[in-house]
Amino acid sequence: MGYFDSFSDFIRMGNHGVFVWSVYGITVFTILGHWLGLRLQKRRLVTEMQRLKKRGQL
Amino acid sequence: MNPARRQRLILILIAVTLFTVSVILLLIANRHQVNLFYSPTDIVEGEAPYDRSFRAGGVVVHDSVWRDHETLAVTFTVSDTINEVTMSYVGILPDLFKEGQGVVATGHLDDSGVFRASEVLARHDENYMPPEVARALEEAHRRGRITDSQLDTIREN
Amino acid sequence: MAFSMTPVWRWFHRWTSPPNFYRIARPWALGLMLVGGVALLVAWIWGLVFAPEDYLQGNSYRIIFVHVPSASASLAMYLSMAILAVISLVWKIKLADMVLRQCIPVGLTLTALALISGAIWGRPTWGVYWIWDARLTSMLVQLFLFIGMWAIHTAIEQQKLADKATAILVLVGFVNLPIIKWSVDWWNTMHQPATIRITGETTMVWEMLAPLLLSMAATYCVVAALVLYRTRWEILYRERKTRWVQDELGLRGQA
Repeated sequence: MGYFDSFSDFIRMGNHGVFVWSVYGITVFTILGHWLGLRLQKRRLVTEMQRLKKRGQL
Repeated sequence: MNPARRQRLILILIAVTLFTVSVILLLIANRHQVNLFYSPTDIVEGEAPYDRSFRAGGVVVHDSVWRDHETLAVTFTVSDTINEVTMSYVGILPDLFKEGQGVVATGHLDDSGVFRASEVLARHDENYMPPEVARALEEAHRRGRITDSQLDTIREN
Repeated sequence: MAFSMTPVWRWFHRWTSPPNFYRIARPWALGLMLVGGVALLVAWIWGLVFAPEDYLQGNSYRIIFVHVPSASASLAMYLSMAILAVISLVWKIKLADMVLRQCIPVGLTLTALALISGAIWGRPTWGVYWIWDARLTSMLVQLFLFIGMWAIHTAIEQQKLADKATAILVLVGFVNLPIIKWSVDWWNTMHQPATIRITGETTMVWEMLAPLLLSMAATYCVVAALVLYRTRWEILYRERKTRWVQDELGLRGQA
């Protein structure tokens, strides 16, 4: 596949697989974290404002 | 722009510029404290310490590597294109250790001016190319079809 | 005639008004996120599967498709934040403070990602995860600057004061930006000099350079989209007492 002779060569990355794949793993994890952070930010805003509204502070 | 804003903008820009330039000048003036390693020229000119261990670095000279296969001892010469220093080391060298590539070693100078390294790290250059391109370039270089400076120019393209 | 009376200035003021920016940011954020996401996926597959290995570093160099885009985007982020800080201090445009505030977590992430991917890359190539050379140290300083901005903005309760203190910290820390960029030229370091150069030759073959440039462009798009999304929530929070925000969130007429 692609530049590599086989799928296992691709995973092994010439004995550097653990370094390459951990970097890509951390990056995917970071992107997911930011996406989750965005959703949390919105939900917090809405609940906070509903709370203020109930207290009549808005 | 109203005069108050204009004045504020000019003052901020002057403050940021002066602060930035002065910090950078200070760091460049103290080059030896910021540099990671001493170059062969620093060592030859006596700027490197003689009484304690320090880092030295340069490019490994072609055909200068000598290995003792029984003791893992190795000696090689590093250069900064102006001066050269001989290094000796006992141990396993990093994978990227190669003639024509950089090294940064920690160690001290002995009485004969040889740098006795206790740790050798490999420094790689900023060129990226597939192995077959690198082989073709080196082959052409070896046969004298291209000179050192031409090799550098081609590598950069 | 004063510039503040010209049509351009009036248009600029209307464009940067929070309700207007809140509305126009949404399609931009969505578009940039889609384009950036797809481009990033293509760039990664290209870089991981199809690009050839390097003559010296073998396959470990494939970390470059994460490392260089995140490092470069973190520097671009700091530069944008410095410009926003000047705008905020000189023209007192509310939107500049809101964008600046939401640039902090994104810039922090990019800097951390550049440092972590660099450390992991250092082990199989140099032989160490970390070394205190000028490039690595100045990048660590940038991480601390981002943490500092976040801390100072969180610690100061009064909004205007918090914005001002953060903007000043950004400008004081600006000195670190040229130091990071040119550290590899001004001092000798473990880190190699730049591969991609705007002036002078780029020292990478096209089969490797193409996915790298694509992943950089994709990262810039995703980062811009993230900042736009985050700024939208920041606008809603800061303008929470206005009618338009309460209409937007469907809170009016309730209770």
